[in-house]
Amino acid sequence: MKILLVDDEAEFVSALAERLSFRNIDADWVTRPEDAVPKVEETCYDVAVLDIKMPRVDGIELKKRLQAKCPDLKFIFFTGHGSEEVFKKGASEIGEDYYLLKPIKIDHLIAKLVEIEKQKGGVFDD
Amino acid sequence: MTFLSNLKPKFWDHIDISRGPHKYLFNFRKIWKLTVLLTLVVSIIPLIILAMIDYWVSYHSVMSENILRTSRLVSNTRRSVSYFLDERKAAIDFIILNETYELLNSTSHLERTLKNLQKGFGGFIDLGVINDKGVQISYTGPYELTGKDYSDATWFKDALDKGVYISDVFLGFRNIPHIIIAVKHALPDGGFYLLRATIDTERFTDLLAGLHVGGDGDAFLINREGDLQTPSRYHGEILSNIDIQTPEYSERSQVELIDRGPNNRLLIGYAYIHETPFILMIIKNQNRLMAPWYETQMQITGFLLISITTTVFVILGGITYLVNQIYLADQRRLQTMHEIEYANKMASLGRLSAGVAHEINNPLAIINEKAGLIKDLFTFTEKYNNDPRLMGLIDSVIRSVERCGAITRRLLNFARHKEIKIHEVDVREVVHEVLGFVGKESEYRSIDIQVEMDPDIPEIKSDQGRLQEVFLNLVTNAFAAIKEGGSLKITGAKTDKDYIVVDFTDDGHGIPESDIERVFEPFFSTRTGKGGTGLGLSITYGLVQELGGTIKCRSKVGEGATFTVTLPIATDVQEKNGDKKPSEKQ
Repeated sequence: MKILLVDDEAEFVSALAERLSFRNIDADWVTRPEDAVPKVEETCYDVAVLDIKMPRVDGIELKKRLQAKCPDLKFIFFTGHGSEEVFKKGASEIGEDYYLLKPIKIDHLIAKLVEIEKQKGGVFDD
Repeated sequence: MTFLSNLKPKFWDHIDISRGPHKYLFNFRKIWKLTVLLTLVVSIIPLIILAMIDYWVSYHSVMSENILRTSRLVSNTRRSVSYFLDERKAAIDFIILNETYELLNSTSHLERTLKNLQKGFGGFIDLGVINDKGVQISYTGPYELTGKDYSDATWFKDALDKGVYISDVFLGFRNIPHIIIAVKHALPDGGFYLLRATIDTERFTDLLAGLHVGGDGDAFLINREGDLQTPSRYHGEILSNIDIQTPEYSERSQVELIDRGPNNRLLIGYAYIHETPFILMIIKNQNRLMAPWYETQMQITGFLLISITTTVFVILGGITYLVNQIYLADQRRLQTMHEIEYANKMASLGRLSAGVAHEINNPLAIINEKAGLIKDLFTFTEKYNNDPRLMGLIDSVIRSVERCGAITRRLLNFARHKEIKIHEVDVREVVHEVLGFVGKESEYRSIDIQVEMDPDIPEIKSDQGRLQEVFLNLVTNAFAAIKEGGSLKITGAKTDKDYIVVDFTDDGHGIPESDIERVFEPFFSTRTGKGGTGLGLSITYGLVQELGGTIKCRSKVGEGATFTVTLPIATDVQEKNGDKKPSEKQ
C-alpha cells in the first residue's frame, strides 16, 4: 500500500517513513502541506497521514483539499497538540479512532492502516 | 452557653481566613454593632424623653392643682371661721349699743340678755360687765365671778388697747373648749366698760371637723404659739402643741410643701385669721394626694418598659437577620469570585499543560521515531541483530519515551473534560488513574497506599472526569494530612443494589469534632497560608452532588479521617453543557 505522510517536522516524518518502509509500507513524505497536493495528483495513495497543526494550512484544511483531488483517499490524523478544540475538530472530521496522539507507537499506526485497508476491501500485501 | 451559642449569628465569629486587600467589603460585627446602637438610640431615647416630659409636666400640673385646691379650701374655711367670730362680736356690739350701762349692770337684765343670745345665736356660756377699774361688776353664767378684779390680767390690757379682745381656746366649764370675746365701750362721761362673753367653740370645731379634706387631710386651728385650738385627726389633742412649726405670718392664704422624709411629705395650707390669735391649718398627706398620679406613672413606666423590651428584641432580631443575610450574600459573592478565579486558574493551567504537552510531544515523537528507526535498523540488519545490549538500550529509550507520552497524555486529559458526560465508568480504573498522579509523591514521602476494591463493584454510570477530580481531591486532601510514612487506604464496595461506596481513610492528624460540620464549607481550611484555599473539599462536595452522590466525613483528632463517597450505580443526572467546576489541584 502507498501512503503519504505530511508533517512539518522533517526529522520525525523522515524517520517514520523509513521505519514504515522496513515494514513494507511504501511511504512518501512532505514537510510542507502545500507540497502534498501535487503529490496526490502525481500518485494515487491509499492513506494520507496528516499532522493537524501545521504552518499555513492545518491538517483539516489539507484533508479537504486532498479529498477534492482524490476522493478515495483515506486519512489518519496525528498531533502532538491535544487541546480540547483541536481534538473536537479532528475527531468530528475523521472519528476518534483515527486521531492519534504523538508520540505514536508504530505498531498502533500500522494496526490502523490495516484496519483502513480492510474497510476498503483491498488486500494488505505484507 | 449552648442556648447563647445557638442564638449567636453565623457572622459573629467569622474569621476572615482569606484576608487580603479588597476581599471583604464588610466588617459584619462593626456593622451590626453600629446599626443596633443607632437604631436603639433613635427609637428608645425619644420614648424615654417623652415619658420623662410626661412625668414632669403631669407632676407639676397635679402639684399645682393640689396647691390650688388646698389654697381655695383654706380661704373658704377662713372665711367661715372669721364669719363665725365676727357674728359673735357683732352680737356683743349690738348688745352694747342697744342696752345702757345701767341696764347691763343689773344682773337680772344681763341674765335675760344671755338667754336671748343663747336662743338667737347659741354658743354663749356667760356674759359679764367689767368697769374701767377692771372689776367685774355684773356677771351671769355658771360661775360666781361677780366682783372679780381683772385689772392685772393681760387680756384686760389688750382689750383696752385694741377695743376688742379674742382669747385663745381654753378648757373651761365642763371641760368644754371655750374662747372669750371682750368688747370695750366708751361712756359719755369719759369712762368706759367692757362687755365680756364666753363662747364655746363646739360650733367651729364642728365646722372644721365637717370639712372634707382629701388626701388623709386634717383641718384645725392653732394659736400663734402652735397650740391646737380645735381637735385634729392626726396632729394631736386639743391644746397640745402641734408637731409642725408655726408658719410665718401672711396676709393671705399660703400653701407649703414640707418634706419630712419619703413617706411623710405634707402639703400644708394655712391662713392667719384677722384680729384673732388663730391660724387655720389644713394639712394633707402629699403621698396620698399623689397616689392616683403615681399609679398612672407606674402604668406609663410599665408600658415604657414593655415597649423598650419589644423594640430591643425586634431591633436585635431584625438587624441580626439582615446582617446575617448580608453575610451570607457576601459569602456567596466570595465563593463565586473564588470559583471564577479558580476556573480561570484552571483554564490557564489547562492551556499551559496543553501547550507544554504539545511542545514536548513533538520532540518526543522525533525521539520515538529515531529510536524506533535505530531499532528497526538493528532488527533488519544482521550486523547488530544479536547484540542484546544495544537492543536493551534502545528498548529502554523507547520505554522512557512511552512514559513521557503517558504523562503528557494525562496532562491533556486533565485539561479536557468540560461537560458532564455520562459513561460507563470503572471506579477501579479511576482510582488507579488518580493514584498515578500522586505515585511519585507517595514514593518520596513513603506513604503506603492500599487499595481494596471489591471485585463485584459494577461499572457505574457517571462522569469520568468529575469522578477523577473527586478522587484526586480526596487523595490530595489525605496527603496533606498524612505525615511521612503514614498510610492511605482506599476501599470500595457495593453496599446495596443502587449504590457503591468508596472510602478514603488516612491516618493523618484528623479533624476536630467541632470542624467536621464545616469541612465542606467553602474557605474552611486548616492549611491556610500553606497552599490551601479551603475550596478543595467544597468543590468535591459540589462535584459529588452533581454526580447524584453524597460525601461524608468521620474523624478523630490524631487518628485520621475517613471520607466516604457514595455513588449511584445508575444515575439520573442529565448530561449538561457548561463550565467544569474548578478542581483543587496542588
